[in-house]
Amino acid sequence: MSYKGKFRVWRGDSEGGELKDYEVEVNEGEVVLDVIHRLQATQTPDMAVRWNCKAGKCGSCSAEINGMPKLMCMCRMNTFEEDEVVTVTPMRTFPVIKDLVTDVSFNYQKAREIPAFKPPADVKPGEYRMQQVDVERSQEFRKCIECFLCQDTCHVIRDHEENKESFSGPRFLMRIAELDMHPLDAADRQHAAQEQHGLGFCNITKCCTEVCPEHIKITDNALIPMKERVADRKYDPLVWLGNKIRRRPA
Amino acid sequence: MATGVSAPGRAQVGLKTARSDRWWLAPLRIGVILLFFVVYATIRIFMNKWYWVGDFHYLTPLYSPCVTSSCVEGSSHLGTWFGNFPRFLPFSLITFVILAGFRGTCYYYRKAGYRSLFFAPAACAVPEPHKSYTGERKFPLIALNLHRYFFYGALVFGLLNVYDGIQAFHGKGGGFGIGLGTVIIWVNLIALWLYTLSCHACRHIVGGRLKNFSKHPMRYRYWTFVSKLNPKHGTFAMTSLFTVILTDFYIMALSAGWFSDLRIIN
Amino acid sequence: MTELERHSYDVVVIGAGGAGLRAAIEAREQGKRTAIICKSLFGKAHTVMAEGGAAAAMGNVNSKDNWQVHFGDTMRGGKFLNNWRMAELHAQEAPDRVWELETYGALFDRTPDGRISQRNFGGHTYPRLAHVGDRTGLELIRTLQQKIVSLQQEDFEATGDYEANLKVYAECTITELMKDGEAVSGAFGYWRESGRFILFDAPAVILATGGVGKSFKVTSNSWEYTGDGHALAMRAGATLINMEFIQFHPTGMVWPPSVKGILVTESVRGDGGVLKNSEGKRFMFEYVPDVFRAQYADTEEEADRWYKDADNNRRPPELLPRDEVARAINSEVKAGRGTPHGGVFLDVSTRLPAEEITRRLPSMHHQFKELADVDITKEPMEVGPTCHYVMGGVEVDPDTASSVVPGLFAAGEVAGGMHGSNRLGGNSLSDLLVFGRRAGMGASTYVDSLQERPKIDEADVDTAATEALAPFELEGGENPYSIHQELQQSMNDLVGIIRKEEEMEQALGRLAEFRGRIAKMTVEGHRQFNPGWHLALDLRNMLTVSECVAKAALLRQESRGGHTRDDFPGMNAEWRKKLLVCKLESDGSVDVTEEQQIPMRPDLLELFELDELSKYLTEEELPAK
Repeated sequence: MSYKGKFRVWRGDSEGGELKDYEVEVNEGEVVLDVIHRLQATQTPDMAVRWNCKAGKCGSCSAEINGMPKLMCMCRMNTFEEDEVVTVTPMRTFPVIKDLVTDVSFNYQKAREIPAFKPPADVKPGEYRMQQVDVERSQEFRKCIECFLCQDTCHVIRDHEENKESFSGPRFLMRIAELDMHPLDAADRQHAAQEQHGLGFCNITKCCTEVCPEHIKITDNALIPMKERVADRKYDPLVWLGNKIRRRPA
Repeated sequence: MATGVSAPGRAQVGLKTARSDRWWLAPLRIGVILLFFVVYATIRIFMNKWYWVGDFHYLTPLYSPCVTSSCVEGSSHLGTWFGNFPRFLPFSLITFVILAGFRGTCYYYRKAGYRSLFFAPAACAVPEPHKSYTGERKFPLIALNLHRYFFYGALVFGLLNVYDGIQAFHGKGGGFGIGLGTVIIWVNLIALWLYTLSCHACRHIVGGRLKNFSKHPMRYRYWTFVSKLNPKHGTFAMTSLFTVILTDFYIMALSAGWFSDLRIIN
Repeated sequence: MTELERHSYDVVVIGAGGAGLRAAIEAREQGKRTAIICKSLFGKAHTVMAEGGAAAAMGNVNSKDNWQVHFGDTMRGGKFLNNWRMAELHAQEAPDRVWELETYGALFDRTPDGRISQRNFGGHTYPRLAHVGDRTGLELIRTLQQKIVSLQQEDFEATGDYEANLKVYAECTITELMKDGEAVSGAFGYWRESGRFILFDAPAVILATGGVGKSFKVTSNSWEYTGDGHALAMRAGATLINMEFIQFHPTGMVWPPSVKGILVTESVRGDGGVLKNSEGKRFMFEYVPDVFRAQYADTEEEADRWYKDADNNRRPPELLPRDEVARAINSEVKAGRGTPHGGVFLDVSTRLPAEEITRRLPSMHHQFKELADVDITKEPMEVGPTCHYVMGGVEVDPDTASSVVPGLFAAGEVAGGMHGSNRLGGNSLSDLLVFGRRAGMGASTYVDSLQERPKIDEADVDTAATEALAPFELEGGENPYSIHQELQQSMNDLVGIIRKEEEMEQALGRLAEFRGRIAKMTVEGHRQFNPGWHLALDLRNMLTVSECVAKAALLRQESRGGHTRDDFPGMNAEWRKKLLVCKLESDGSVDVTEEQQIPMRPDLLELFELDELSKYLTEEELPAK
């Protein structure tokens, strides 16, 4: 059941690097991460790879496999032909550190810029009452394992480094949606979504949804509803007209 | 300075994309379909004929409602609201603006268009060819946020189409009748309504905008219903595109006398 | 002098799982400048793997529940070996800790009246586990992570610097604790990314490093679980207790080989899943031990009725504590009634409608579908025991989480005592919260009480640096990966779920041999993100911890909870009174001594029936009739 698989793995660091060819044993039922580990244990002991739970729950082993952003632990080897070359590269939206490991600090910075859950002023701990139907929407977004594959695939920053400053990316726009839909959150999120976090950059091409290993419907359930909520506030022509008229004399 | 995936600091892989699958196939297919529809619709709209089958009261959706005095006799069953339109201005102008607007600002078509026609991006993890990207934050693309108003318009036209559909139960020489045309018109109507109701703006308006569903049980039910349709919005968008073309082509053919309607009753 | 970056804090927390984050939140809220150090990225800690829920007697689903019942269940689950004070504090404080999470933004599943829903779990009398589907650990860690961020936002408002009072050092490993005389004075480590050294000057260090599972071959634990905290504590002079008790979770995946050991949540059984052998028999009915007869059903009919009417029926034996179920599965497989891949069947597909399964167990559905090509709504799963949790750990004071070393605290899995010989499912997440907070408070109070800040001795820093770089010094030695694999195999085979004297002696022989080999390991490449080097450093810790486990297991001549001796199959009340304490000798070897348990407070003893107590305690310990 075992065969010699052909792998092309990117080796290098921020100074430069290249795709290197390897032949590695592949056994039945294995995933890409197993093969990368075998490569590490037998041929390349210093190859850097980030991983943790190996069960698709922690979101550490994000990489690009044959060009598609994926978790290495959830990409099964039987999805490839035995003679197919499997190309593994680090995520290409973030600066590389070494081999398959990238510097994802961009994401942690963006996370900090979103104001935290604002608890209702008059409800004590233990007295929170929420209905299941009201928490379900936000619960879907809280399935996020922060693998940052959506951030990696999003062309707004993948293809345009300069947008990183003004665009928080699908993961964090979804976080805003999560808080906006939280039944007890007391903060206003909609204005900031558009103005500070760059919701308007999103052109809903849905790659974030396509690569999400948790199958969260990021675009349909978080980004578009958020765009509609912003439209309620900003793009209602009557509101707009009112603002224009009122602003003039000032 | 290199930007995008070859920006300094990122892994210099040397390939624009390492995707080995046929990622270009889907955007190409969708692009061809969209272009075909645009060309077909433009030609048909400027033809200004063959949109009405008097015998069976079939009116093509591309010309509904026909409300100018230039309309062929009988086709303006909603009345004549305007006078003669000049030759260069199609009678279906209002219809066209609203319906093209509805589809053009639709979240599904935006995805399809950005991917197939603007390559922004053509497929996931495939670099887009543009130097800069500002998204839907500036004129004209900011206008896409007006989707909901086109949705309201589309609802009105949807109702007018239902009226047309009822008219289409018309036998030759009066009375009740059903032909293949009636069936096609109704299939198209169903497709159009599924497309319209599964719209993201509709989902937002019926209930999505609420913070607490539990306080609005009726609206939660509407939202749940729309939420069931919504994941298929893209399918409905493409299906209804085909049914509109089919309906229009069938009526054109009958009206031009290329073949005659297959009658089931009368 | 070693080249390194230096930081000064009031409290340094090692580990960013549930316990570490909760401890850091507390320390920061007590006004202490706090650093959190984690081996992985922030938010990836092993807590995310916890699936079932957090046990807290809130009584939302069954109002009869209260802390006394929870306390009783915990003691019973741990076969009365638990530190009763920890079990008491845990049961009393868990509800507050869970409610507090809601104020941080957590969204638990709800009851129809809008409160936190609670589910059934092995060994818990009432539905008690607050949960979010089967991804409760993720919810917990994300909530705590977001609370940390919100505290940083407050600091930003006040000082313009997010990291003024609370900073996360991600992908950073601590290799040694620094001491000034008896007291802790800091921690030394390296950045995984660059390999550069880093030194924290701090009067209080909280260990929250989790467990030791990576010393075993079949385990549900991730690479991080190398017993760092256990080993750091020992090297700093602290003591470990209960190291012989390792919990083998009864249901880990057994196939395909690459995922062997990955956890299958107990919620599958809590929600109605049943265990069957290859003959299709629900074998658990044969394995109900006498001490549990009164609480568990003896017919399938009664067991099935319990899901609907828990008050008038006894529980299904699938929900016995984990040690019992793991042993039962082990026996079935040994008797030749296992599945093709050497496990037993866990079936939920015939017990619940498909939609219910995908709603209640979404991540299990996902995990089996993607990793094993099994649709759990249509077919049974194949499961077998997997090394899951170490009950043993740093000996701590229950109220302050302080170890015997001043300034050194421990919380979560790395602390010992709370769970006795066996942990109940769901008690781990609540343990993290309760004792994480207590460690944060304990450390803050300790820092406040200090007259003078302990100092770091530069010579110790140089020694630590030399030791960390040792694997680069040798050439032509063994590769750490192969030693690690052999260590895992030895522990799995010789100190695993069923233990024998001669096997454990053999294990100790091998461990001594590994010690020699580890000293001569070679690491290739340079210090920048070099997993071979990281593993080489972690191996030292794994070896020390494995030695503790094997030595303590050899000494304890009885079977109890997570320690099963083939040659001493019964539980012995005399042994219940004794704890085995591990301490590091000056030559680096592990010394194990016996220590007497503190007798349980009479008011707590009164919570149990006399006949139950007589199954566990000696005659003289029993309250007078």
